[in-house]
Amino acid sequence: MSYRVVHYINQFFANIGGEEMAHVAPELREGFVGPGLAFNQSWKGEAEIVATVVCGDSHFAEHEKEAQEQILAWVKELNPDLFIAGPAFNAGRYGYACATIANAVKEQLGIKVLTGMYEENPGADLKDKILIVPTANSAAGMRKAAPAMAKLALKLMKGEKLGASCEDNYMPNGIRVNFFEKERGSKRAVKMLLNKLADKPFVTEYPMPSFDRVAPNPAVKDLSKATIALCTSGGIVPKGNPDHIESSSASHYGEYSIAGVEALCEATHETAHGGYDPVYANADANRVLPVDVMREFEREGKIGKLHDLFYTTVGNGTAVASAKKFAAEYAQKLLQAGVNAVIMTST
Amino acid sequence: MKLELGFIEIKDIQFSNECKVENGTLFVDAEAVKAFVYEDDDVKAYVKSACFDIAKPGESVRITPVKDVIEPRVKVEGPGGQFPGVIAKVDTVGSGRTHVLRGMAIVTAGKIVGFQEGIIDMSGPGAEYTPFSKLNNLVMVCEPVEGVHQHDYERAVRIAGLRAATFVGELGRNVTPDEVQSFETYGIKEGIEKFPTLPRVAYVHMLQSQGLLHDTYVYGVDAKRTLTTILYPTETMDGAIISGNCVSACDKNTTYHHQNNPVVADLFEQHGKTLNYVCNIITNENVYLADKQRSSDWSAKLCRLLDLDGVIVSQEGFGNPDTDLIMNTKKIEQMGVKTTIITDEYAGQDGKSQSLADADPLADAVVTGGNANEVIVLPPMEKVIGTLNYVDVIAGGHAGSLREDGSIEAELQVITGATNEMGFNRLSAR
Repeated sequence: MSYRVVHYINQFFANIGGEEMAHVAPELREGFVGPGLAFNQSWKGEAEIVATVVCGDSHFAEHEKEAQEQILAWVKELNPDLFIAGPAFNAGRYGYACATIANAVKEQLGIKVLTGMYEENPGADLKDKILIVPTANSAAGMRKAAPAMAKLALKLMKGEKLGASCEDNYMPNGIRVNFFEKERGSKRAVKMLLNKLADKPFVTEYPMPSFDRVAPNPAVKDLSKATIALCTSGGIVPKGNPDHIESSSASHYGEYSIAGVEALCEATHETAHGGYDPVYANADANRVLPVDVMREFEREGKIGKLHDLFYTTVGNGTAVASAKKFAAEYAQKLLQAGVNAVIMTST
Repeated sequence: MKLELGFIEIKDIQFSNECKVENGTLFVDAEAVKAFVYEDDDVKAYVKSACFDIAKPGESVRITPVKDVIEPRVKVEGPGGQFPGVIAKVDTVGSGRTHVLRGMAIVTAGKIVGFQEGIIDMSGPGAEYTPFSKLNNLVMVCEPVEGVHQHDYERAVRIAGLRAATFVGELGRNVTPDEVQSFETYGIKEGIEKFPTLPRVAYVHMLQSQGLLHDTYVYGVDAKRTLTTILYPTETMDGAIISGNCVSACDKNTTYHHQNNPVVADLFEQHGKTLNYVCNIITNENVYLADKQRSSDWSAKLCRLLDLDGVIVSQEGFGNPDTDLIMNTKKIEQMGVKTTIITDEYAGQDGKSQSLADADPLADAVVTGGNANEVIVLPPMEKVIGTLNYVDVIAGGHAGSLREDGSIEAELQVITGATNEMGFNRLSAR
C-alpha cells in the first residue's frame, strides 16, 4: 500500500492559463496534474497523488476564506497522509496561497504538509509554521525542486525523525537541531574565515537573533511606601532544593516564603545553580538573595515592606524562552499581591 | 619559534610492576604514579585517596564525575618542561622538541563541586559525542580528606592530574616517535617578507576566567589576573595553558583541548599556503564589566597593532562569556579585522529558544558546536569508574536523570567535551 497525497497547484501549472485565468475557482481533480507527475516518479510507488486541487492565484487572494473552506472540506474528506503544495518558485501570490493553505490543513486537520518555494517568496514568511523546501526562483528549477520535495515528503509520511534544516533541505524554521558535520568545527571556521577574507560567499551556522529589548519602567516614586519583592536567577532555594530545580537548563521556578525571616543562613538556604562556584552562596545565601539588607531597609523605613514570597530559578544554561515563561507567570502573582517593584539578582 | 612534536602512538595501557612504553603499549605501575603524585604538599594535605583504573575505546565503561583530561608529554630538547610555572619551572616553552604519547590520556575523576563535572562513555551513543572515548584512558579517581575546602581540593586534584601526566609523559623520553611534525611561526617582519601576499591571521583564544573554580592558568598565572596578550601558537601546543575549571562539561576546555587546540592545528595546516598565521592572542572572560571592556578593547587593539586581516575567535563556557565573545567580535570587526567565531548553543531542549545570551549583527560568521540542551539517553554500562551519585545534579542532569537500570537521560551538557567551542568536534546544529 502506498501513502496517499493531495497536491495543490495554481491555474498556470494546471495548464489552464496564465494571469488571464488567475480568477478560476478551486476545483478538485482525480490523480496527478502537471508537476504532480514528477512527485509520483520520485516516489516510485511508495506514495502517490490521489487528487489535485487547482485554484487560480487571484481567486485565492481575493476569496481566501471561501477558497480555504472549500479546499479544507475536500482534503478532510480525502484524508491523505500528506498535503503538498507547489512548488511556487518566486510567484508571490502562488507562494502565499501554497503556504497559507498548507498551514490551514496542518492546523485545522492535523495532516502533515509540505511546500516549496524561493526563499524570498512572501509565502516563505510562514517557514516557522510549516516546512518549506527552498527552490530556485523560476520554474526552470522544477527538475531539482520536485525530487527534493518528494524526498522530504516521503520522510514525513514515514514518520522519520526530522534532521537539521541543512540535512533534510528545508528552510531554517527556528528549531535548532544537532547533527554531525563532515569536518570538525575548527576546520569549518578556517574555511569560513578564508572565504570572508577573499570576499567569497559563506554561510554562517547561526544567524544572529534579534533581541527582545525591555524598556525600564518609571522609577518608584516613594520607596518608603512600596512593597518590594526579591527574585533571582542565582538558584537560591530552601536547603535540600525541595522542588528539584535543575542545576542547569531549569524547567521550573520556585516560590518560597521568607515571611518573618530576618536573614538567610547556611542551615536554611543554599544554591541549586550549577554555573558558579557555590561555596560562598552556600555559606551565606544573602550574598545572592539579599534578605538581610532588605530587612534592614524595612526597619529603617527606607522601603515599605519586603514581600513575603521570593521567586527563584537557575539561570545557568536555561533557555531564554523558558525564563520568559517563568517570569510572565510569576509577574502576574506579584501584581496580584500588590508588589510595586522587584529586585532581580543574577549571578 | 619552531617546535617539533614527536608522536608516540599508544594503542594499549596495561598495569604492570614496571613503567615503560614498548611497541605502542604503556605499561604502568599505579603505585609508582601515585607516589610521584603524592610528592606534592597540596595533594598530600587534601587528597585522601587516588585510585587508578584503565578505560579503553569500545569498552562498556562510564567514567564520571570527570574533572580534567590531560595528554602525557615530555620535553626532550630545548628550554622549559611540561606545564611551565605549574609543574616545570617557568621557562618559555614552544621551541625544541616534545614527545607526545598520542592516543591516550590521564583522566582525573571524583567529585569536586558535584554540579560541574562530566561523563565520558567509552562506547554507545554517548561515546559519539566525546573525543575521549577514542583514547586509552588512565583514570585517577580522587577522594578528598574530610572537611577540605573545595578551592583547596580543586587545586590539589588539578596538580595531581598534571603530575600523573608528567610522570607518564617522562616514559616517552627515550622512545623513538612514530611520526615527527614541526610547527613554526615567524616574527612580524620576517612573516611579511616570507608571505607578502597572504592574509595575516591570528587566533583570539578566550580563556575561561569567571573565577572561583572557573579558572584557566597561563604559565601558572590565573588568567583572570592577566591582560590580553600574545603567545606563539607553539607555546599553547607545549603546555603553557592548563584548565582549572569546574564548568558545564560539554564546553569546558580540558587541558587536553589546550594541548591539542584544533584551531591552532588547522591554522598551521594553512600556514604559508592560504594564510600567514601570525600568533595567538589570549584574552580572558572575567565577570566584571570593567574587565570585559578592558580585555575586549585590548583584543581589538592588538589585532590592529599586528595589522591583522582576520581572526578566529573561540569561546569557553556560555551565558556570561557570550558577552565577552560578542564584545571581542564587535570591537575587532570595528577595527576592520574580519572575524569568524566558534561557540555553542543553549537553544532549549526543544531547540526553539535563542541560542546565545548576547548577539550583534557584526558576528556574521559563526561556527557552532551544537545545542547543549539537546536530550540524550545513555544506556547503562557494565562498569562505572568513579560514581553515579552526582548524575542527577550535574549541569544538564535533572531529578530522575539516573534511572533504575543505570541508564541516564540528560542533556548533552553532561558529556565532557560534547559541544567544544574550539571546534574540536564535528557536532553542529542548524
